[in-house]
Amino acid sequence: MDLKLKALTKSLWVFHAACSPCNNCDIEILDLLTPRYDVERFGIALVGSVRHADVLLVTGVPNYKTKEILKTLYSQAPQPCLVVAVGNCACGRMMFKDSYNSPCAVDELVPVSAYIPGCPPKPEAMIAGVVKLIQKVRGKK
Amino acid sequence: MRTLFNYLIFPGFLFSACVGLIACWIDRKVTARIQWRVGPPWYQNFVDIVKLLGKETIVPAGAKITFLLSPVLGLLSTILVATILGVTVRLPLESFIGDLIVVLYLLIIPAISIIIGAFSSRNPLASIGASREMKLVLGYELPFILAITVIIIKSAGSIQIGSILNHQINFGSNLASFSGMLAFLVAIICMQAKLGFAPFDMSESEQEIMGGVFIEYSGLPLAIFKLTKAILLYTMPLLLIILFWAKNLTILASIGKYIAILVIIILIKNTNPRLRIDQAIRFFWGPVTSLAIIAIALALFGL
Repeated sequence: MDLKLKALTKSLWVFHAACSPCNNCDIEILDLLTPRYDVERFGIALVGSVRHADVLLVTGVPNYKTKEILKTLYSQAPQPCLVVAVGNCACGRMMFKDSYNSPCAVDELVPVSAYIPGCPPKPEAMIAGVVKLIQKVRGKK
Repeated sequence: MRTLFNYLIFPGFLFSACVGLIACWIDRKVTARIQWRVGPPWYQNFVDIVKLLGKETIVPAGAKITFLLSPVLGLLSTILVATILGVTVRLPLESFIGDLIVVLYLLIIPAISIIIGAFSSRNPLASIGASREMKLVLGYELPFILAITVIIIKSAGSIQIGSILNHQINFGSNLASFSGMLAFLVAIICMQAKLGFAPFDMSESEQEIMGGVFIEYSGLPLAIFKLTKAILLYTMPLLLIILFWAKNLTILASIGKYIAILVIIILIKNTNPRLRIDQAIRFFWGPVTSLAIIAIALALFGL
């Protein structure tokens, strides 16, 4: 395994892209940074700009406005950039599938590397998802 | 050959980068402990730098060549300061006349490089950050230079770091007098602003303007900026130790003093909210400059 991927998995900087969520997933994501879970132990940090990001954390169902913004965000992120869909909405649109305001799912817009289901997912579930993502990235090469 | 070795390896780039990155780790760890968290492992900042080197570097459309040149400019001048200070600590007699002035000029260049880089990225938020940084530089430079004037007065008008060191070794630390103490207080507040830590981190406020001056940087240039900040975190406390607290500079004593100043910085950083830019300027040009002027007056009376 080469150094680049190892360093990437040891320091994932996360950009939080909220595509019109109901905010429950966002609150649970912020729980990960609190003393109880503290993902900074593993080098995971929230960053403000998508140019610094390694992981795009998508929550919610994209609507007509956020669809374009999500595409732009992904094209602005420096490669290699992973995408994680958090919550049932981002994973499969759930009850908003037939909504007038829901043109497509997240994985039809950007290539998603990991899905973390739940409404909202527990912080433990998110940590498990991130662990699986890291194993996937390391196993690929 | 020896100059090159000094610049690249021992007191220069490699050494100061390692010390600076470990100091950044101490910063993150102490911050985490204050917030009742565990914090990252000691090699975290090294991993961050390696990771950033492996990422894609994006140059925004319409950016000038200065976008990529300015981080290098900042890093080179910071290493030069680290080298001058490191060589002076080891061999005080080898310093040249006027190196204090050179160091003061070189310490402004990282801020200028950040401003140039942010403006050339053509991002509106970066422009806001750069204009804040510019005002902040105008704010803190005046009291900082006044505080250093106190040192020059106290060491009989010498502008040579080596002779300031020798003066303190012969006549006791500058910190042990009233004027020295006031000037040290002023210098610590200015150092906080120079390092871009809270309460003076309005130029790169993450929550408000999303990284501000660094918003368009990715990959290698961002890594260089992180390294510059890390080396500054090593250089600035070292400069303060040399100027104010240099009675006893054995290796153990220097490390102890360095860590003491580092912990002061981190505690100030963690217990203060971010100021607005106008509040910061008013703070620097009002109370801090007054304190510095009082310190100069005391120094002129020989206190």
